[in-house]
Amino acid sequence: MPAVAETIDTVRDVTEAGYKWGFESDIEQDIIPKGLDEDVVRLISDKKAEPAWLLEWRLKAFRAWQAMEAPHWAAVSYPPIDFQEASYYAAPRQTVAPKSLDEIDPELLRTYEKLGIPLKEQERLAGVAVDAVFDSVSVATTFKDKLAEKGVIFCAFSEAVHNHPELVKKYLGSVVPAGDNFYAALNSAVFSDGSFVYIPKGVRCPMELSTYFRINARNTGQFERTLIVAEEGSSVSYLEGCTAPMRDENQLHAAVVELVALDEASIKYSTVQNWYPGDAQGRGGIYNFVTKRGACRGAKSKISWTQVETGSAITWKYPSCILQGEGSVGEFYSVAITNNRQQADTGTKMIHLGKDTSSTIVSKGISAGFGQNTYRGLVRIMPKAHNARNFTQCDSLLIGDKCGAHTVPYIESRNPTAKIEHEATTSRIAEDQLFYCRQRGLSEEEAVGLIVNGFCREVLAVLPMEFAVEAQKLLAISLEGSVG
Amino acid sequence: MASSSRRREMTTAVIDAAVQPAALVHPAVAAALARHEALAKRLPGHRHGWIREMREDAAAAFARAGFPTRRNEEWHYTDPRALVDTRFGEPIVAADGAVTLPGGMPDAGAPKLMFVDGRFRPDLSELAALPDGVRVESLAALLEAGDEALSLRLGSLADRSSFVALNAMLAEDGVVITCTAAPDAGARVHLVSIATASGDRPLAFHQRHVVSVAEGASLALFESAHAAGATPYFNNTVAEITLGARARMTHVRLQAEALGAFQVSTVFAHLAAGAEYDSFVLAAGARLARNEVHARLEGTGAIVHLNGAQLGDGVRHVDTTTVITHAAPACASRQTFKSVLSGRSRAVFQGKIHVHQVAQKTDGYQMNQALLLSPESEIDAKPQLEIYADDVKCSHGATVGELDANQLFYLRSRGIPAPEARAMLIEAFLADALEAVRDERLRAALADATALWWARAHAEAGA
Amino acid sequence: MATSEAMLAIEGLAATVDEKPVLKGIDLSVPAGEVHAIMGPNGSGKSTLGYVLSGREGYDVTGGSVSFRGQDLLAMEPEDRAAAGLFLAFQYPVELPGVGNANFLRQALNAVRRKRGEAELDAMQFLKLVRAKMKVLGMSEEMLKRFVNVGFSGGEKKRNEILQMAVLEPAFCVLDETDSGLDIDALKIVADGVNALRGPERGMLVITHYQRLLAYIVPDRVHVLLGGRIVRSGGPELALELEEKGYGELQQAA
Repeated sequence: MPAVAETIDTVRDVTEAGYKWGFESDIEQDIIPKGLDEDVVRLISDKKAEPAWLLEWRLKAFRAWQAMEAPHWAAVSYPPIDFQEASYYAAPRQTVAPKSLDEIDPELLRTYEKLGIPLKEQERLAGVAVDAVFDSVSVATTFKDKLAEKGVIFCAFSEAVHNHPELVKKYLGSVVPAGDNFYAALNSAVFSDGSFVYIPKGVRCPMELSTYFRINARNTGQFERTLIVAEEGSSVSYLEGCTAPMRDENQLHAAVVELVALDEASIKYSTVQNWYPGDAQGRGGIYNFVTKRGACRGAKSKISWTQVETGSAITWKYPSCILQGEGSVGEFYSVAITNNRQQADTGTKMIHLGKDTSSTIVSKGISAGFGQNTYRGLVRIMPKAHNARNFTQCDSLLIGDKCGAHTVPYIESRNPTAKIEHEATTSRIAEDQLFYCRQRGLSEEEAVGLIVNGFCREVLAVLPMEFAVEAQKLLAISLEGSVG
Repeated sequence: MASSSRRREMTTAVIDAAVQPAALVHPAVAAALARHEALAKRLPGHRHGWIREMREDAAAAFARAGFPTRRNEEWHYTDPRALVDTRFGEPIVAADGAVTLPGGMPDAGAPKLMFVDGRFRPDLSELAALPDGVRVESLAALLEAGDEALSLRLGSLADRSSFVALNAMLAEDGVVITCTAAPDAGARVHLVSIATASGDRPLAFHQRHVVSVAEGASLALFESAHAAGATPYFNNTVAEITLGARARMTHVRLQAEALGAFQVSTVFAHLAAGAEYDSFVLAAGARLARNEVHARLEGTGAIVHLNGAQLGDGVRHVDTTTVITHAAPACASRQTFKSVLSGRSRAVFQGKIHVHQVAQKTDGYQMNQALLLSPESEIDAKPQLEIYADDVKCSHGATVGELDANQLFYLRSRGIPAPEARAMLIEAFLADALEAVRDERLRAALADATALWWARAHAEAGA
Repeated sequence: MATSEAMLAIEGLAATVDEKPVLKGIDLSVPAGEVHAIMGPNGSGKSTLGYVLSGREGYDVTGGSVSFRGQDLLAMEPEDRAAAGLFLAFQYPVELPGVGNANFLRQALNAVRRKRGEAELDAMQFLKLVRAKMKVLGMSEEMLKRFVNVGFSGGEKKRNEILQMAVLEPAFCVLDETDSGLDIDALKIVADGVNALRGPERGMLVITHYQRLLAYIVPDRVHVLLGGRIVRSGGPELALELEEKGYGELQQAA
């Protein structure tokens, strides 16, 4: 059999066994009945004992959502979602909030251990603090005390609502307004938890912060909300990972992430998205419809998005930067893999408002099986963005002839002093490259992995160390499946 | 057989249209449809059933599509409102009146086929000088005659989008070219469009051209569009071009319409195996210009080159939109487009390369570059790849910027005055697109048009 | 381990490329410890032989057999042939953008070691090994940081092939036109590298068009490949004879 055809078979073969995070945990859950109306929104708010202003904010978002239509412009197709068929709140049953990790349901701790995320601090790699979100609720945040010494707030979003209401009120919805788009509005109405990060003036966060998202319950959506505020001269690196059990039905994940960077602050946000992608026939899998946006409000502030998207049945996300502060910098580094029947429509928006702003976009799309992979991006230079700079590189790699790779950049410039460069290429793994590697003793799968990792190098290079290793493995697994 | 099934479709389409509630129709659409109603009997070939049906079908398609708005993805960056809001009339003067030809018309060294306000003028054309192997007929004459052969060619490549449908329901005339000339014959033809709109009556005309280059034949077609009057008009031209196996066609167009004019041109080109279509468009005129080229590579080893330049000044808006469909293996497409913008002008470039699953070994390349000369000019670009085959090499690039200050300084430090230095750098910027035009005479004609634009742009910068 | 039996035994090997017969029945055996040269004009099937031995797709074996160290070579996947100890130095080494040279070499080495049941080398052990080998080949360490063959000059690419050979320590090397595109200094370095690997346990097949390389890598036997068959075999003096007379005479005879 020709080598490429074999590779295609290999790639086609990602079966259930290929997804190692597909187990389900047997944990007593508090799930509210299916359906969505104002009462459900009130119920969620009530369960979290939220202040009135937040309930009002949710209701406003809910009303806006009701008047909106699901976006249809992305190059993805799926049957219409019945929003009344899902439950909008699921939480591990725990009558009293755990005061320490010892009080957490041991089954839950085991779940995270199985995922490779031990929550017991002593077992953690030093230097990474974790917030674990199980279905809709944050279950544990590690290294809180150590962070508190520096004045860093890293906690569950619901906790921040109670302990730091002034910060939440000031920044919530300030980057992604409640009615920004269909899924952001839905999230604003029903979000149940997420992470909150606040880095005070001049503080370099002493460790990587990490949130681990896990969908466990059946027929639930996950709607978490993350808000990160970096004050003047501060910096933080934040990691996000996700998994879900294997199920035949699709589950919705509609998150919102808001980042705010003030003068000379820098936020690095890294994601390894490994939601259950569905089986080889396209049954099941997560619909990952996410709104992520960062505002570089301060001069010389910097926001850097890095994502490795290997999971989900459908990915629809465009982590963006609004470059308002003079000399602010936006970055987007992305690897997206679609295999089997996966579809991804992902990219970024770089909105240049301020002088001397610059942005870099590096996107690597890999399509295999029947996967459809679209890069969609916008670079917009507004009239006042003197000397703005953008560089964009979009590369697509095709493995097999049943998949698709698409590139849809929008480039808009209204300032002559701006310089924009955009390049895009599409290619496949060459036969001679595969053969060369095999002649040197590498198996075909290793060879594909090596070449794909080479293809993604610019993105992998900017991932934090622990993530880079995980990401490389994931790339290989996503493409090679259970063969061997 | 093909045409009879098409006719059945048309009948259904007409019924569909009739169901549409009238209240939803945009006044401009209603006005265009009313014009169609009023003119129908006067349009050539009305007495032939298939021609009537074809027009009715187009009217139904237009009624459904309406005029595009920015909500249409294809028109996201070009708002045709100014065009839609102008009420045009069709030319009513006799088609054989005296015409004062505008000055500065290029000499392409090829026999001229003259069109005045969208009507073919044999009396002004150089039909006797046509090269052997090139047959030229007026579309109106063929329609009058109810030419059966034409029924298979006309509308066979075009889509049913707004302006194409508008053209189909209102087109009065055009040229039908059939070329069988061998490559060494060097067959050349120059198609000239003159708009004479004057007074306060905006005029619209919808030329419809059909060009076929037979297997192994070769044709060079030069088109230029000019105006003799100053009143706004709308030139809405559609061309359907078929290239047989190993046929070659060079298609160079100079769009030098009046600065107040509206111009929409849509070209559909289908290429059989080994055919080569080489196109260049210079957009130097019109207040709102949209050039669409849809090239479809249908046979193995076909090659298409689409190149062009858009020059903006004042408040003009120029748009180039290309769609290249690779529907057969081992075809190549090459595109280079340049935009230079001064004043408050705006340019749009949209270019899509669509590679079908069968189109293995596709080689697709596209480059679009824009130079912004003034703070209020704007460029919007949307290059696009849509790829369903794996063994392909496809790439696109885009750059946006201003004149390089270092280069400018370097030239000036050598004694070259700033305006000249700028002109030199702009010329250099345009050169790698213009160089694609191999015919020196045509390149000179394009250079003259560029110089006229630069004079305007330069004056505007100085003011 | 070494026996008097041939390490590589080719019998009646026939192969097609695009359904066109290129190899038309090759008989050749190379015992361990010997270096054999295959010479022949362009289009005689020299490179095809190298690709067939290493298992490149598109080179279809239509007849004959190849036994390598007692195993049926033709039944093996390319990477298994590599693990079994067969190494092809490519005439045109392939570029692997984004794949670091060091990383590639270590992965290849460990893949081969794994299959042989040997322990993998960690980064430090590997680096020590590769540095020593590079020094011998006069290669700068900077080449380890570059992507495999990307932007390498012709000489650098060939040296990189020899480096891989030196690191992987294969039992049998096929050198396909390793001299092409090399100036005399580079040729010497490459030849020294190859000669350093000669030994009683290792066999080599040196494919070349010219005698030039054979002045530096002196073969035990020389075979002339013409029209897909070996038409003459002899000692090293045969190479000199060919250099003098060219292939013309043999071609007429064939």
